[in-house]
Amino acid sequence: MSDQRLFAAALLDPDAPCPAGLIAWNGSDPARRFAVYRNNVVVSLIDALADTFPVTLELVGEEFLRAMAGVFVRAAPPGSVLLAEYGAGFPAFIERFEPARSVPYLADVARLEMLRVRAFHAADADPVTPEQVARALADPERLPALRATCHPSLGVLRSDHAVVSLWAAHQGIGDLAGVDPDVPETALVVRAGLEVQVVSLPPGGDVLVAGFASGLALGDAATRAASAHVDFDLTLQLALLLRHGALTSLHLSTETAP
Amino acid sequence: MTMQTPFELSARGVPVRRTYSDGLPNRAGLGLKPQHFAEILATEPDLGFFEIHAENYLVAGGPFHHYLHRIRDRYPLSIHGVGLSIGAEGPLDIAHLDRLAALLDRYQPQSFSEHLAWSTHGGAFFNDLLPLPYDPITLTRVCDHIDQTQERLRRRILLENPATYVEFADSTMDEATFIAEIVRRTGCGLLLDVNNAYVSGVNHRRDPQTYIAALPLSEVGEIHLAGFAEDRDAAGAPLLIDTHGAAIAAAVWELYAFALDRLGPTPTLIERDNDIPPLPVLLAEARCAEQWIEDAQRRRTETMA
Repeated sequence: MSDQRLFAAALLDPDAPCPAGLIAWNGSDPARRFAVYRNNVVVSLIDALADTFPVTLELVGEEFLRAMAGVFVRAAPPGSVLLAEYGAGFPAFIERFEPARSVPYLADVARLEMLRVRAFHAADADPVTPEQVARALADPERLPALRATCHPSLGVLRSDHAVVSLWAAHQGIGDLAGVDPDVPETALVVRAGLEVQVVSLPPGGDVLVAGFASGLALGDAATRAASAHVDFDLTLQLALLLRHGALTSLHLSTETAP
Repeated sequence: MTMQTPFELSARGVPVRRTYSDGLPNRAGLGLKPQHFAEILATEPDLGFFEIHAENYLVAGGPFHHYLHRIRDRYPLSIHGVGLSIGAEGPLDIAHLDRLAALLDRYQPQSFSEHLAWSTHGGAFFNDLLPLPYDPITLTRVCDHIDQTQERLRRRILLENPATYVEFADSTMDEATFIAEIVRRTGCGLLLDVNNAYVSGVNHRRDPQTYIAALPLSEVGEIHLAGFAEDRDAAGAPLLIDTHGAAIAAAVWELYAFALDRLGPTPTLIERDNDIPPLPVLLAEARCAEQWIEDAQRRRTETMA
């Protein structure tokens, strides 16, 4: 094995012996010095996860979150130097993490927080202007053929839990005690300008947005959403998406998106 | 700011574009932190430059680029890489090098620097600057990686001396000799981290002044100053940890004065990455560094007169 392979393996395994060949000027046990590197690696990565998942942390407490993150870091160190994406595997890990089973909504709150980080760093794009919307909606005959482009920052999370209300209660919006975590909610995450917004999408909104993303025309996407949810309300959904700057174009398929 | 001069050939024949003092002004700068974005634009503090960690800005859009563009319009910029893993046994990550090249094209920084360290292995990234043995095999590998980096980025890079906690039984040369040989072979410049020189000096009981004096000081394009934390090794000897989480220690200011005496005025960054204080606290440290730089300038002028 190469020297760096041995060094790397010992960084992540607290039970591994100190790599051979390390020395100190005073002949002291190099393991104590090697422990500085071990600590730097694990603590800095735990810090990165704690930054990405602040509400997840508040839900279980800092001590629990950091201990859980430590297990994750050792099992799955980053595969990229771009740490903004490091948390992507953490929600699935939380779902399988036995000691967190008593908080069944924890993994979905973490998924929501990961969508927020992605939205924060996503590409910039201007939302459709009110004039463009008015023009696109002027002729009701053409409505079903319209195609919508979603903002690059847009993410949707459909959960069996009240992810949006739980998250909002930790921003000082609403009362945590009043949230029933077992009410299913669908979160829309999108950045408008510099601010990432988290809003609750009414039933079928996730299907509509998924339809847009796969290139379906408005009529087909709405039909699909309505067949998935009897309560689906296209006007309400479009108004919500437009209000939050979630769409960057509305155009006929014969037109090219601006 | 950057003086456009023709490419020169390094000792190994690699074209390296040389820039005067690598372009940064001989003033103090600060690491750019998101919590200070808005305040910097609102108050436009009198400061020599800002420095960013390249990897934090390798994202598509959003507030980081929004603010960096505006701050770049007002200040000189240094881009400091923390993830290229120049000392790695494996090959450099070409995709990462391409991303760095795109970032440099976008922001046209006056300086780009990286570390004499490794941080990746077998596809894993350890988010720390890990130490290297100073032997001929490592020297060749590091030089190859620096040649490759300078060719791809089409500029001279500055290489930062490390803070280390262990030494290697396999090392056949001391750190200053190793670094001097890298500079000679690749034509790269030096980022002299005075805190690292001090921390490593204490940790390996070597004299930091002797160490600094043995480096190729004419190639220093930037200085870093930072704070450390104190620990103990297994024998109870002091072990200093390069945390970037405290004010600069008096001993490091003294060593900085020693270095400036030999270097003359040099662009100097106050590095603070943890427990980040309000902007005015960092600006006060920057002003302190600028006083030392002005002293160095004065002494130089007097000597010439």
